[in-house]
Formats: sequence, structure tokens, C-alpha cells
Amino acid sequence: MSIRHSLLALLQDQPRYGYQLRVEFENRTGATWPLNIGQVYTTLDRLERDALVAKEGDDGEGHVVYSITPAGKAEVRNWFAAPVERNNPPRNELAIKLALAVTLPGVDVQAIIQAQRVASIRALQDYTKARRDTAANQRAADTAWLLVLDSLIFQTEAEVRWLDLCEARMVQQAQAAGAARKASNGATEDAPLNADIRR
Amino acid sequence: MSVQGPQQVLELAAVGRTFGEGATAVAALRDVDLTVSAGEFVAVMGPSGSGKSSLLALAGGLDRPSSGAVYVESTPLAGLGLNELARLRRRAVGYVFQDFNLVPTLTAAENVALPLELDGTSTRKAHRQAADALRQVGIPELADRFMDQMSGGQQQRVAIARAIVGQRRLILADEPTGALDSTTGQGVMEVLRARADAGAAVMLVTHEARHAAWADRVVFLRDGRIIDQAAAMHDPTMLLTQAGL
Repeated sequence: MSIRHSLLALLQDQPRYGYQLRVEFENRTGATWPLNIGQVYTTLDRLERDALVAKEGDDGEGHVVYSITPAGKAEVRNWFAAPVERNNPPRNELAIKLALAVTLPGVDVQAIIQAQRVASIRALQDYTKARRDTAANQRAADTAWLLVLDSLIFQTEAEVRWLDLCEARMVQQAQAAGAARKASNGATEDAPLNADIRR
Repeated sequence: MSVQGPQQVLELAAVGRTFGEGATAVAALRDVDLTVSAGEFVAVMGPSGSGKSSLLALAGGLDRPSSGAVYVESTPLAGLGLNELARLRRRAVGYVFQDFNLVPTLTAAENVALPLELDGTSTRKAHRQAADALRQVGIPELADRFMDQMSGGQQQRVAIARAIVGQRRLILADEPTGALDSTTGQGVMEVLRARADAGAAVMLVTHEARHAAWADRVVFLRDGRIIDQAAAMHDPTMLLTQAGL
């Protein structure tokens, strides 16, 4: 997540001080990704160093107010214009875990898949309920939160569908292995892996 | 709109269902314990052949278990004769099938009123209740249409109206969104959810995670057994922390 660009975008709206930026960010994203105030100040320091924001001075109550510079506005324009980079997929712990599990002997992959499925469905239930409740009493400010919830719902659904696919693949593999009985060096690894796969 | 009656609307106690005999016998369900209470929405998930549809058929009295017992509103279905069972189904149980099972020569309102009329309700009263059910599923203006004048999504709403008409306490739905696009599918979930919120017990069989997620509880079946359950946390702080990563 680009905190740097998010804060810049909020400053383009109007000058703000650190705590206001944090509150504003959380309001607009439904507090889905809580920001720690330390992160906000560190990021503001860096933005100032790079001449993308400037200190406007004190608001009279001891808050240091920041405003965006022309270079900062150009940076926000570029951020909105450019698609989110995909050449570096975010680290997916679940994919890594399953990739390792299927290649290690003695790991009950089906149990891993099922435990994850239950956890993912539970999350999906909560997102769906939150979406329903929010949509039922929708205020203007909720539009952003609903979009974030939709995104979480789609991601979680994709995760469950991927788990179903993994399981189906493993069943196919187990059936193929059973039919072919290939006596290669992979056989010793396949046996315990697939022992628990039933349908 | 709250529904009177016992808290526990459906109970399956140690239910088993075996098809065939001897060496070729296949156990579709084994030792299943499951209850659905008034106001509760339960989704059943599992791979093909895991016993989902068998479970629903037993719950609705469309099939009888090989072992164990099924209770609907505390009435043991095993003790009912065919006529009594049919009457209980018409009065207390609404069933939504994947392929709608609507009568093509009847209008939407006539299809919805049919189970009530079969049960002895006057035509006038049955049609008033049918109009109410069609309003609940959002298509009151289509009451006089025949099935070939309606889209798949509209027909499915008629099928749901028929399942909820007359304040049924148990609603059973077998992949009711199978033939529908995703927006219409969501509309179906909204109706089922609303019925549960109004006090009905709802059980949905689905392989779609996004539909199961509308339920209060998701039951996972595999090889005829319940292997897991997931309940929503109903705790917004947990939700935010979890998403916060």
C-alpha cells in the first residue's frame, strides 16, 4: 500500500496536519488498513525532504500543517494515471504455504486446504454482513467503504475458488498416480501426500 | 412479521441415508446431526457427491432416512403417513429447486397460490397471500404473467415466492442461483436472508462461497459427514483487525 501517495492525495484536497491525515485516510477506506501515527509523521518527513509537501506552519493549537507543492501535485497525477504495478505480485503466504506443502512428504495438504477454507468462508461471511449492514443504512461517506468491502469480498471469494481448484487438482493427481503407479523417484513423496485424499 | 413456534425448526439426529444394499450399498449420509433454529440461515457446502442434496431432501420430507430421525417443528417425520407428510410440507416447508418446477400453464400468482389452494385455503385468500409473497420477492407487477413471458431470474423469484407463501417456517433451497447471473443470484440471497431475519429457518445448499457467505452458519459436508462449520464472528473490530494486516 502506498501511504506516501495516499497522504499526498489527501493533501491535494486541502492542507492538513498529521493526525487529520490519519483520520481522513481511515474514514475514506473504512478503517480497513489502520495507519499508525508514527508512519504518518515519518512519511511526511520524507515527502518534505523530497519537496513534495511543505510545512505551512502552526494552526494556532500546536499542530504543524502541511500543504502540497506543485511537484507533489504532479506526483499525485502520475499515481492516479498509472495502473498499479503487477510485475511484483504481493507475497501470498497461502500460495507459498501450499506450494511448500505439496512438495514435502508427510504433509496433510487436504487438512491445510480445509482449515483455510473454513477461515476464508468465515471472513467472507463477515465482509458480506458488513456490506449488507452498510448498504442498508448507506450514507454518502460509505461509498468508499462499500468499494473496499467489495474488493475484500472478491479477493476472499477468489481465494476459496482457488482452494477448491487446488483440492480438485490433488484429487486428479492422486487418481492418476493410482492408475499409473509410476515407480519414479517422486513416488516416495507422492504416497504420504495423497494418502488422505478422498472424494 | 415474527414467526410463532418452537425455536428449533429443523433437527436431524444421527441421520444416515444409504442407497442400495449389500456390497453395492452407497452411504450418501452418515451420522449427521444438524439443527436449524427460527431466524437462522444455514448454508451447506461440499464437493459433488458429498451428500448436500440428500440432506436437503431428508430435511424437507421428500426422502426418508435409513437411520436416525428428522424433526420439523418437533414433529418426527417418521411418524407421519404420506398424506400428513404432504400436508406438513405444504404448510410448514418451502422448497426452492434449481430448475424452478413451476407450472407453465399457470400465471405467477396462480403458481404461488397453488400449495395454499391444495391445502384448502380459499382461492381469494390464497391469491391475497400470493400477491404478498410476490411483493416480498420484488415482482408484484408480474402476477398475471405466464412462465414463458418471464426471464430465468423472474421465474426463480416466482419459485421463491411459492416457497415462502403463507408464512412457512422452514425454507429449503437447492442451488437456487444455479442458472442465474450474479446480480440476480444476489437478489435471491437477499430474499432468503430477509426471510431468516423475519424468523424463518433457512437452509441453502450451494457450491458458491459468495452465496454461502450470506448465512449465519456454513456447514461443510464431505463423504456424507459434516466435517466443519463456520459461523460469522459478528464482531466488527475483529473484522477490521483481520483486514488490517
